[in-house]
Amino acid sequence: MAKTIEGLFYSESHEWIKVEGEYGYIGISDHAQEAMGNIVYVDMPEEDDEVAQGEDFGAVESVKAASDLISPVSGTVVEVNEALGDTPELLNQNAYDNWIIKVKISNPAELDNLMDATAYEEYCKNEQH
Amino acid sequence: MDELQKTCLYDKHVALGAKMSPFGGFMMPIEYSSIIDEHNAVRENVGMFDVSHMGEIFVTGKDATVFVNHIFTNDIIGVPAGKILYGMMLYSDGGVVDDLLVYRMDDADHWLLVVNAANIAKDYDWIMQQAKGYEVDIDNASSRYGQIALQGPSAEMIATKVLGMAVADLTFYTFKIVDWQGNEVIASRTGYTGEDGFEFYASSEVICHMWDMLLNEGHVTPCGLGCRDTLRFESGLPLYGHELSNEISPIMAGLGMFVKIDKAEFIGKEAVARQKAEGTAKKLVGIELMDKAIPRAGYVVEHDGNEIGIVTTGYHTITTDRSVCLALVDSAYAALDTEVDVRIRKKTFKGIVVKKRFYDKKYKK
Repeated sequence: MAKTIEGLFYSESHEWIKVEGEYGYIGISDHAQEAMGNIVYVDMPEEDDEVAQGEDFGAVESVKAASDLISPVSGTVVEVNEALGDTPELLNQNAYDNWIIKVKISNPAELDNLMDATAYEEYCKNEQH
Repeated sequence: MDELQKTCLYDKHVALGAKMSPFGGFMMPIEYSSIIDEHNAVRENVGMFDVSHMGEIFVTGKDATVFVNHIFTNDIIGVPAGKILYGMMLYSDGGVVDDLLVYRMDDADHWLLVVNAANIAKDYDWIMQQAKGYEVDIDNASSRYGQIALQGPSAEMIATKVLGMAVADLTFYTFKIVDWQGNEVIASRTGYTGEDGFEFYASSEVICHMWDMLLNEGHVTPCGLGCRDTLRFESGLPLYGHELSNEISPIMAGLGMFVKIDKAEFIGKEAVARQKAEGTAKKLVGIELMDKAIPRAGYVVEHDGNEIGIVTTGYHTITTDRSVCLALVDSAYAALDTEVDVRIRKKTFKGIVVKKRFYDKKYKK
């Protein structure tokens, strides 16, 4: 059973965001890594790139296929997790310890469009049927 | 869309917790644990695949040998019983109906054609249409046969010690009919992984029993179609619908060695003979990227910003750790070391044309 973490916000495309002040750390959910299988490559944006809620900012690739990364919020990339360049399998090992990008959130009101852990768990259950 | 079929081993895959997905009209296991672990098990030890979805079509009758030679690109005349040939069935324009294995079952005119799951109905119809005027019996036995592929360097040890089959004497692309626990099994030294191994054809009941025996032994890793594709790709083996199709001829795919244009006749001969003599507008090549980004089927290949081709299969390879693909490109860009670009999402990545084989096959000679 895929894990969720309380206190994070989740999107329908299976990204999570952890908010700290005006910044947010964005990653993919345990459900997403489980569904994808062995992750072998993460295509990440660069610092200072703009991201927009609902738009792709890169991709996570399993052995078999590429899945777009969709940003849960709008903002500016301030840091990318370089460790994923050499060890993308970190996302399989722990999807919540390993964020992909850190953004400066430009519109905190957008967080209202996301789900909490309980709602996301329910969403995943329904999606499987 | 027709309802998905299940192989005789379906319930066992579900019980093992396999990720199931449609392939070739069947609900098939894609992976049990992880594609990478299953891939490595085949390269380093031994894995087993349910390939019961493959099709088996028997051709018998007075004209069977002449007829099979008429619809098949390789030359079966003079081939002894127990020998297997790889080749294609072609349309008259050189496009591929399917690629297949042809088994000579005995010294009489008795042949087995093993075809791709997705093409069984199409192939059977095609063969029936071509058979007019020939004295042949054509039996689509696909639903009566299950099939297990046992692949990897330890396959011979497992087949002889665990299954108790006397198959060590088989060389690659030969087979024999074995009496296994009172049942008839076609034991074939073939595979689709680039490793040594066997493919066993038998009734559903026998295949289920064999699967359980191999699984319970504990050293044979159940492997899904996910790693079957990464293994065949690394070894430069084509997949129908990707590297061969009604639009991609064996000559374009670099498989001319399986097309015997010296034969008196076969369907498609004029077209492929012309392609061999004059060259083709497009060719299948290998491309290696200088970056870790992964070229996937359908991505566009460019040169100076112009589209010159399409990726047919691509992976970050598991055994050799390279971002590589097979791609059908304009022949002007098909020479080794040609610099090309592959468009991946919003960026292009530099690549060079390399050999189509990314791993050296380890067959039993």
